[in-house]
Amino acid sequence: MTLAGILFVLGLISMLIRRNMIFMLLSVEIMLNAAGLAFIVASSHWAQPDGQVMFMFILSMAAAEVSVGLALILQLYHQLKSLDSDEASRMKG
Amino acid sequence: MGVFFYITAAIAVFSTAMVVTRFNIMHALLYLIVSLLSVAVIFYLYGAPYMASLEIIVYAGAIMVLIIFFVMMLNLGPESTRLEKQWLKPGMWMVPALFCVILLGELVYLIAQNHTPVTGIKEVPPKAVGRSLFGPYILAVELSAMLLMAGIVGAYHLGRQQPKTLHRFLQSKPS
Repeated sequence: MTLAGILFVLGLISMLIRRNMIFMLLSVEIMLNAAGLAFIVASSHWAQPDGQVMFMFILSMAAAEVSVGLALILQLYHQLKSLDSDEASRMKG
Repeated sequence: MGVFFYITAAIAVFSTAMVVTRFNIMHALLYLIVSLLSVAVIFYLYGAPYMASLEIIVYAGAIMVLIIFFVMMLNLGPESTRLEKQWLKPGMWMVPALFCVILLGELVYLIAQNHTPVTGIKEVPPKAVGRSLFGPYILAVELSAMLLMAGIVGAYHLGRQQPKTLHRFLQSKPS
């Protein structure tokens, strides 16, 4: 459980300090992974299958999120020619 | 059993910290793969071997390959091959390879050891997971199928290259 917390905090710090969009996507992945770890550990602690079911849902959600996120980053890169997320905050319309 | 957990946890935390502090996206991806593999070994330790294999297949296989192809698609050109040569120095991939060897050794030892889970942990068989998944959670399964469908359609729609259309007053601008 402590390990899941440490991993989640690392992902959160990475999300906050990095300005490269691919790194921000990777840190979202780290955080989802930490949440899945917490679910698995809780599932085997109480001997209930619900935690593993939730982990499967997290897995499918991460796959969908990564595909859509990468497509968005691709569009932004074609528009702005950079991967800096501060560039996108100035974009209007 | 506790020793294995602590070794794997140390590898996971260290490689995640390396992901956060790398400046190069490919090195960060290497360390992220090591982190995912170590989390999979922890799943195995906690008596969820099916989830461990799913983690390796979906996360370390599919999602990482998607991101790596995306990164390769973004920077094309002759200067990127020079950078590639510079990145692939043996010092860079030695540490992740060492971690992977440690994890593999742990896994082989655990399988050969006829592994018993940590005390106080009751193993949940995959059969119970399947029963629960298609019993009370059937609505959520349908919802996740719809989410994946929306992901496919959204990625296709966003990834299309639209032809640039300029307003006719702007077309005289030098391009």
